Amino acid sequence: MGRDKRTLLRKFHQASWDEQIICEMSIPGERGILVPKVEKEIAAEIGDGFSIIPENLRRKTPPALPEINQVRVLRHFLRLSQETMGADMTIDVSEGTCTMKYSPKVHEQLTRNPGLRDVHPLQDEDTLQGILEIYFKLEEFLTEISGLDYFSFQPGGGAQAVYANACIVRAYHEARNDDKRSEIITTLFSHPCDAASPATAGYKIVTLMPDENGYPDLEAMKTALSERTAGIFITNPEDTGIYNPRIAEYVNAAHKVGALCVYDQANANGMLGIARAKEAGFDLCHFNIHKTFSSPHACMGHSTGAIGVRQELGKFLPIPQVVFNGKNYALEYDRPETIGRVRCFFGNAPTVLRAYAWILQHGADGLREVAECSVLNNNYLLKKLSEIPGVVIQYAEGKRRLEQVRYSWDKLKQDTGVGTEDVMRRMADFGMQHYWMSHPPWVVPEPFTLEPCESYSKDDLDEYIAVLRQISKEAYEDPEFVKNSPHNSVVHRVPIPSIDEPEKIVVTWRQYQRKKQSSARVK
Amino acid sequence: MPESSSDSQRTKDIFFARTPRQTAMKTLGLIVNPVAGMGGKVGLKGSDGSEVLRMARKLGATPEATQKAIQALQAVAKMKEPLQLVTYPHAMGEDACRAAGLVPQVHGSIQMGRTTPKDTERAAKQLLEKKIDLLLFAGGDGTARNICRAVGGQLISLGIPAGVKIHSAVYAVTPREAGEVAKMFLEGHLRRLREAEVIDIDEDAYRQGVLRTKLYGYLSVPIENRYVQQMKAGGILAEVQVLAGIADDVIDSMNESDVFIIGPGTTTRTIMERLGLPNTLLGVDVVCNRHLVARDVSERQLTQLIAGRQAKIVLTVIGGQGYILGRGNQQVSSKVVRQVRKGNIVVVATKEKLASLEGRPLLVDTGDEILNEELTGYIRVTTGFQDYVIYKVGHH
Repeated sequence: MGRDKRTLLRKFHQASWDEQIICEMSIPGERGILVPKVEKEIAAEIGDGFSIIPENLRRKTPPALPEINQVRVLRHFLRLSQETMGADMTIDVSEGTCTMKYSPKVHEQLTRNPGLRDVHPLQDEDTLQGILEIYFKLEEFLTEISGLDYFSFQPGGGAQAVYANACIVRAYHEARNDDKRSEIITTLFSHPCDAASPATAGYKIVTLMPDENGYPDLEAMKTALSERTAGIFITNPEDTGIYNPRIAEYVNAAHKVGALCVYDQANANGMLGIARAKEAGFDLCHFNIHKTFSSPHACMGHSTGAIGVRQELGKFLPIPQVVFNGKNYALEYDRPETIGRVRCFFGNAPTVLRAYAWILQHGADGLREVAECSVLNNNYLLKKLSEIPGVVIQYAEGKRRLEQVRYSWDKLKQDTGVGTEDVMRRMADFGMQHYWMSHPPWVVPEPFTLEPCESYSKDDLDEYIAVLRQISKEAYEDPEFVKNSPHNSVVHRVPIPSIDEPEKIVVTWRQYQRKKQSSARVK
Repeated sequence: MPESSSDSQRTKDIFFARTPRQTAMKTLGLIVNPVAGMGGKVGLKGSDGSEVLRMARKLGATPEATQKAIQALQAVAKMKEPLQLVTYPHAMGEDACRAAGLVPQVHGSIQMGRTTPKDTERAAKQLLEKKIDLLLFAGGDGTARNICRAVGGQLISLGIPAGVKIHSAVYAVTPREAGEVAKMFLEGHLRRLREAEVIDIDEDAYRQGVLRTKLYGYLSVPIENRYVQQMKAGGILAEVQVLAGIADDVIDSMNESDVFIIGPGTTTRTIMERLGLPNTLLGVDVVCNRHLVARDVSERQLTQLIAGRQAKIVLTVIGGQGYILGRGNQQVSSKVVRQVRKGNIVVVATKEKLASLEGRPLLVDTGDEILNEELTGYIRVTTGFQDYVIYKVGHH
């Protein structure tokens, strides 16, 4: 048993349960927990416990919650989990741009520490000294890693961090009584929130296309820059994984017209301990600390976008900011030039704790090693994938990439008719997570973006490569087989157009019932 | 800003085909223009007109369209479900079907070796009566024009590129891709349709070195967009909203006095729709202060309307090659452009459209080499509401 030693391919079939929606499993009167009756002593003090709730706050009908016993609840969710392909279940090289590294499980123990789990942000600061200290020290770590001077951990994710940075850019220009600056410049291969978040903050967005080498077109940028430019928001390396060695020219050109330079370092895995935002000339940056500094993430969970700024921009950071007077840690609210809040309280504390623990576990040398291993892994994968028939590596021929690569199946598509979406579905048959293709538009045709973080071993990468090589072989031999995949998965093929139709999408039980009824009426 | 409540009805260039019936057998029509592509190989600039064709044959040209049609049909032949194929005799489709191992229903009659554009039009009309689900046609711009004239928007169709001139956007990139898209469409995996431009040039003038093109109309074409994820939820709605955003950005820039020249195209049409104004899809309309000044104007009318006034020209990409001037919008002549001046040209396009150029520049061909040169460089393309892309402009 075990993986085939010669091919490195696994025999896999995902569990398939014809499980109902939990609301459909309800049996009236069935209970998971029997709530104990109010004890006599308590009843003597406050009555039955319900009567003290004012009449007009009490609901007239019971909530429509499913009535199910514990065993069935447990079984239900375990079955669903078997039908799910998560980061801990598969070699998750697939999610390029997401930095799906291993998140140490011991961190989950830390987050269950009563000092974190049982505290509330409205408690007196004197009783929050432990977590505030962690905030303060993590800020010190990140100032060292980035070279910038202050950080805030309030934003609840990368896109919100970019939004907060756009607000700081605006506050900076407003403070200088410069009201002409209405435009933000970004690049097509930067993360899409570098366009979307400043747009949400009210800016006009100017996007630069890649030139023939995959770099943002510098001449185009010089055309775009003017006294209307508030800032540039860019990623480097971009989603292609190509590091732009001329970044200083872009930054200098922007500074020359009075714009601020904002470095999207959501994913800094290829640069830790090697290159810093400060030396690259940037005024602001952000790290998705759930990515680079490890927290289980995705599906809207547990994220923090840490925003960093140069000294003179520190006064604009969101409130409250954690400060230290040499003796006590405190939350400082009295900052007249602050942009205010982008989120309640002071952010996502468990993520801050995990990042702090992760950095302590690695130390300075360890962080550099993370970058070196992830770059090494990536270039190994790049070399091996370039040998697979049908794979195209667009741009920067012969050059090394940093932590990820946007690949293309364009040749495979032209040769066999099998495109990236077909290959992606077939991946699931080998127990691999669907890969990330690309943000739209697909400038790289038939794209797929892989990011083999430092956590993956050579053996992991070889298995992943073997799967892609096998699918390429199948595509050349029997394209229909790949096109009709997956064959060993739970959902075989999602009918493409129907999920595009809003009237068919349901995300709540109530919505489901309503739409089901109305479609029944139509029939 | 106009209300955004009726986006979905207003923007018509993205829509669904009716849900293919799951049980009924699909019917595919095929028309091959046997002489398409013959001129090119022997250095002629097209093969329209019998004189040119005789010359092409004399120079040793052989029909290639059938070969291209076979390549497309081979992809279609992989369909699992049964398929009915209807076509015209011999070189107009029957030969290609049989060579691809398919047995077609053959209609009509032709004079072997002497087919003309009239045959293409007759075939298209006859296949329309057969209630086909999709028409595949192999040819070039001339063929697309014939199909468009005969059946226009009544049929969903797709071109197999086989001609010398392919300016029209109704053609797939390769014959094989035409077959793949046809197969996916007939299997019900693709339901997105696009109104694609049919552009053709005056071939007599072209052979004399003068390029004049005309936008003849639109055909409904199923698309597998290589630049957008097919499965992306909301992708289609999003595109409708992007077009509305582009239109609103242009409308926002309209003041009381500037004259806006709205070029042809489906992207520019959205501007007129969002203004609640009638629109000439194939022609140029003029707007001032958000009111219609003139419809479907000629170059002469244009120069008169903008004389002594501040004007802007709103253009979009016409056809598959990236032209913003000189293809299908000849009313916006070099004279008009010079009068309006370069800085007042507004180019509108979706980011997907720009991506589809695969890094090639937008093109201008005003017939005035000096002006072409002046227009070369970078231009700010409006790609959404307050959303722009800096893009290269070049010329041949």
